[in-house]
Amino acid sequence: MGNRVAIVGIGQTYHKSHRPDVSQMELVNEAVRPALADAQMNMKDIDAVFVGNMETFEGIYLPDHSMVDFSGAYMKPGFKIASGGTTGCSILEEAFHCVTAGIFDKVLVAAFEKQDSGDSTGAITAATTPAWGKGQARGAIHEFAKQALSYIKHSGATEAHAAMVRLKADKGACRNPYSHLKLGLKSIDDILSSEPLEYPLRLFDFCPQSCGACAIIIANEEETKKITNKPVWIADTICVHQEIFRAGAFCDFTGKERYSQEIAAERLYKRNGITNPRKEIDMAEVYEPSDWEEMLIYELFGLCPRNEGWKLVEKGITEIEGEWPVNPSGGVLSTNPIGATPTVRIAECVLQIRGEAGEHQVTKDVNTAFATALGGPNWTSMILLKKSV
Amino acid sequence: MTERTVEILEDSDRFVFPWQLAIPNTYPAGVVGSKFLIELRDNKKIKGIKCPECNQVYVPPRSTCKYCFGELSELVDVSDKGTLVTYAVSYEPTPVQPVEGTPVIYGIVKLDGADTGFVHMLGEVDPKQLEIGMRVKAVFKTKKKRVASILDIKYFKPLKI
Repeated sequence: MGNRVAIVGIGQTYHKSHRPDVSQMELVNEAVRPALADAQMNMKDIDAVFVGNMETFEGIYLPDHSMVDFSGAYMKPGFKIASGGTTGCSILEEAFHCVTAGIFDKVLVAAFEKQDSGDSTGAITAATTPAWGKGQARGAIHEFAKQALSYIKHSGATEAHAAMVRLKADKGACRNPYSHLKLGLKSIDDILSSEPLEYPLRLFDFCPQSCGACAIIIANEEETKKITNKPVWIADTICVHQEIFRAGAFCDFTGKERYSQEIAAERLYKRNGITNPRKEIDMAEVYEPSDWEEMLIYELFGLCPRNEGWKLVEKGITEIEGEWPVNPSGGVLSTNPIGATPTVRIAECVLQIRGEAGEHQVTKDVNTAFATALGGPNWTSMILLKKSV
Repeated sequence: MTERTVEILEDSDRFVFPWQLAIPNTYPAGVVGSKFLIELRDNKKIKGIKCPECNQVYVPPRSTCKYCFGELSELVDVSDKGTLVTYAVSYEPTPVQPVEGTPVIYGIVKLDGADTGFVHMLGEVDPKQLEIGMRVKAVFKTKKKRVASILDIKYFKPLKI
């Protein structure tokens, strides 16, 4: 058992589709400053700075180098992580490892994506080689279309259920000042009549490309007590990798493979003595690039039996006012600054645990929550957060 | 769709597949960087930014002080003249270098009034005459050719030879 570690400060930018007014470095700075302000700290109080970004997306090699002044890393140790969609969670995991091991006392993590500066899908194609075909040439939409189709076949869910998830996300996003898409959707018909992408995915079934950044400051127990009276403790973190040929398999074609989400949740719950996450955890912010994905991961994170995720949506259980809220912020479906997307999930859980989420604060009390990330060929990261330890 | 060929390594049963990534990108100059470029274009002026805490003048301007993490907004004039701190003469520029002809001389110039080195090219000078510590001056393109680019400064030339 290492040192106890808490989140003592969070900051995020307002997320938008385009931010031509600022450089990538300035965008990161827009998240770092509010995180310091939230923790009432100065940059000189920070021991190390870890940054995260999908390096090829913006066309800058070693973005961590060019943003040193802006992330506050000047003359401090730290590193960059680029682990795909999990990036923004991986940096917090690694910062947690360093603080829990006693290597650093206070670490700032900052993640960003500026998707108006490049071609994210173009960059994703570089994850595969032409030796086996450019199967990912259509990027994420293609993968999640296959998954949705498979989910329909196995679970009996309908497109209306996916639309219910999307409607829920928009309700949250419209109440969240930082979210990107605030569509003001009125009914599931608005989603079902949106432009087709790849069957069964429509425009509103899928996440946007956002520009944004998010920063989090963590500290060991001793420092935490000096910094804040509203710490959110990192109870545990976990990461499970899949292999590259599972890319494109965000669903189980063979019936032989287990999902990384399922394994990650199983291990996390076991280590933390959780036998019923629906009772022992209060809510989650999950990484759902599509509304279909959200229903599937309810199942994989053990919130309901397999093939019944759509029933949680149908019953309104995962609404802001519901029994077990999921993504009250509006989630990835509303806001997706890829490298920072999981960092935003974590920051949003922090807001919920502190009771500071404002308009999108969930109705129930939140003492325990988890944030998740999905990336690359179906990798999963999870962070378990608690109000007290 | 471009035709893709498969290379078979000579005397081998191993295959290699060529590919070229072609991804367009944009690079915003940012808040104070844009002001710097406007001054180059409209007034042939080189602007720095000053940290009142650390008394540092950065050129080109940046919105954060690297020493104190202060937010910077105070743009100040720096001179178009400075001292050559170091340089490198390149006879084989890469395709991305925006230059015509060789050699290309890159130099770091510490402009009068600035605390940082400014990277640009040197012109109207024989490489043999270059010397660390020599005084140089910015040569601007004509008004018509200035487009709010770092290359609105054509190059720096020696003050006198």
